[in-house]
Amino acid sequence: MKYQVDEKGFYGDFGGAYIPEMLYPNVEELRQNYIQISESESFQKEFKSLLSDYVGRPTPLYFAERLSKKYNTKIYLKREDLCHTGAHKVNNTIGQILMAQRLGKNRIIAETGAGQHGVATATVCALMGIECIIYMGTLDIQRQAPNVARMKMLGAKVRAAESGSKTLKDATNEAIRDWINNPVDTHYIIGSVVGPHPYPDMVARFQSVISAETQAQLLKKENRDYPDHIIACVGGGSNAAGLYYHFLENPRVNIIAVEAAGKGIDSGKSAATSALGKEGIIHGSKTLLMQTPDGQITEPYSISAGLDYPGVGPMHAHLFRSQRAEFISIPDKEAMDWGLTLSQMEGIIPAIETAHAFAVLDVRKFSREEVIVFNCSGRGDKDLETYIDHFKL
Amino acid sequence: MNRIDETFQKKKKLLSIYFSAGHPELEDTFPILCALQDSGVDMVEIGLPFSDPLADGPTIQKSSTRALLNGMTTEKLFDQLQNIRDSIHIPLVLMGYFNPIMQFGIKRFCEKCLSIGIDGLIIPDLPVDIYHQKYKPLFDQYNLYNMFLITPQTPEERIRYIDSLSSGFIYMVSSASVTGVQNTFGNTQEDYFKRIAQMKLNTPQVVGFGISNAETYRAATRFSSGAIIGSAFIQFIEKKGVSAIPDFIKSIR
Repeated sequence: MKYQVDEKGFYGDFGGAYIPEMLYPNVEELRQNYIQISESESFQKEFKSLLSDYVGRPTPLYFAERLSKKYNTKIYLKREDLCHTGAHKVNNTIGQILMAQRLGKNRIIAETGAGQHGVATATVCALMGIECIIYMGTLDIQRQAPNVARMKMLGAKVRAAESGSKTLKDATNEAIRDWINNPVDTHYIIGSVVGPHPYPDMVARFQSVISAETQAQLLKKENRDYPDHIIACVGGGSNAAGLYYHFLENPRVNIIAVEAAGKGIDSGKSAATSALGKEGIIHGSKTLLMQTPDGQITEPYSISAGLDYPGVGPMHAHLFRSQRAEFISIPDKEAMDWGLTLSQMEGIIPAIETAHAFAVLDVRKFSREEVIVFNCSGRGDKDLETYIDHFKL
Repeated sequence: MNRIDETFQKKKKLLSIYFSAGHPELEDTFPILCALQDSGVDMVEIGLPFSDPLADGPTIQKSSTRALLNGMTTEKLFDQLQNIRDSIHIPLVLMGYFNPIMQFGIKRFCEKCLSIGIDGLIIPDLPVDIYHQKYKPLFDQYNLYNMFLITPQTPEERIRYIDSLSSGFIYMVSSASVTGVQNTFGNTQEDYFKRIAQMKLNTPQVVGFGISNAETYRAATRFSSGAIIGSAFIQFIEKKGVSAIPDFIKSIR
């Protein structure tokens, strides 16, 4: 268990719960109960049944024949883009809404950047008939109008975060403030493997269904239950944590994490946290984050709204520092080109976040016998406007 | 003896003021401290601004952002405070989030505090557990007091634990809220203040959050050893200017 969380909530040097005392009762209640609840038979039964009948799991592990031929290796896509709501995000929100119900909470809050996690949260709240408030930066509300409309249709209230840079990190701050102000009846559904312990571990566990299915599917297709390489994009890191989870302790599996280089690592407009970040505290977690020398958190940039988080989950910070994972960063342009390539070679229009992962095929060599699994974490519907602008479609 | 302890020995009820260093103007730190001391304030919390102050309401978020835009940094604040003990004799506490302190270097931060004559620290996102496990010896070495928060939701056992590790005072958050939420203190708060007073803790308690005028100051200090005003003070100097500080303090007590 070298790469999983320890009993104090740390991944190596990273993680923990650096929270103001006002949040202690909420976070402590969750910490004391999350494993027992999520491993209980009744929880597992309901979780699995919703994942299968509502989300549409298991998602296929698809052998990408044309891509494999072109790159002379064996490429599989874990099709999280086929999940209900269009991305892996819903695996976590299903888990957390069931957790909230069992903790007796009747009000849900969440943060969202591009709106994917907001939509996934609003969806499960509608499913369960629970009040839902989504915090979203004012700038993101302007940039992501269709997702704002989706959340509203699903019955959620969307509240604008006006503070700071008016984007994801500020929406997260606002959600945390709401939780401080409503400590008894509210559960905060964090959307990624970030935040204070136990969130990174809890979210990773809910997303771990991705690697559990991959193991079983590979066994059928390749006669072994592990690949040689697993590749996923990393913003906060939840889809990556899900794909890596059951392979973390298997040294035969090479882990590749793909960050957004934006306009280039040294351009001042980037979200490559492993290259640009320093150890610090963000949203209650000790991890790598982008900041000024004075310790003020800076605003990252990527063309993909799901990758522009100034930090990275503590599990990933540990994978980076311990060199368990290879970190590669991909600029906007290459990611956009791969959005087109995947569309035209496999008939799959990926989210721009997801497209970053595939660009690894151009920067790193793989051999013919090697088996690679990409997390095809989300579909590109939400990004059509960006694709239209970029390719003048 | 630490100035905080000394002050509690001399006075029954402290009035303490919080402000964001570098707000309204970058060089206001010294004039604000002088005006507060001259107006009879017993202790001051100097806020180190942070880009993401997640325990703070809109007023302190705004003053922090403004301070950062004005060019305030940890380094700059220490420069401003270098010779502060030539003129300011009341206890001074630095209050700031943990990340900027980590980046400055915790040891170096403590050295600076010691050399300047800072009496204690309030770091709201350094919880008592992690402080206990990882950082206590370091802060002790520099004789810096660490003040921790309790809220109406803090379980009794944890309050005892916090009391056992506290020096200076315990920062009693008046209600479940971020800073700057306007309160009139009703029965719920009074019960909470009484409940804590009856615990007979070793460390004196000072109430903060939601104190904005003479009435809330009186209610907060009826069962405690003092009260801290932050957001209301910041709003006042924003509107009336630093020169009007004596009027604000007179309106409280």
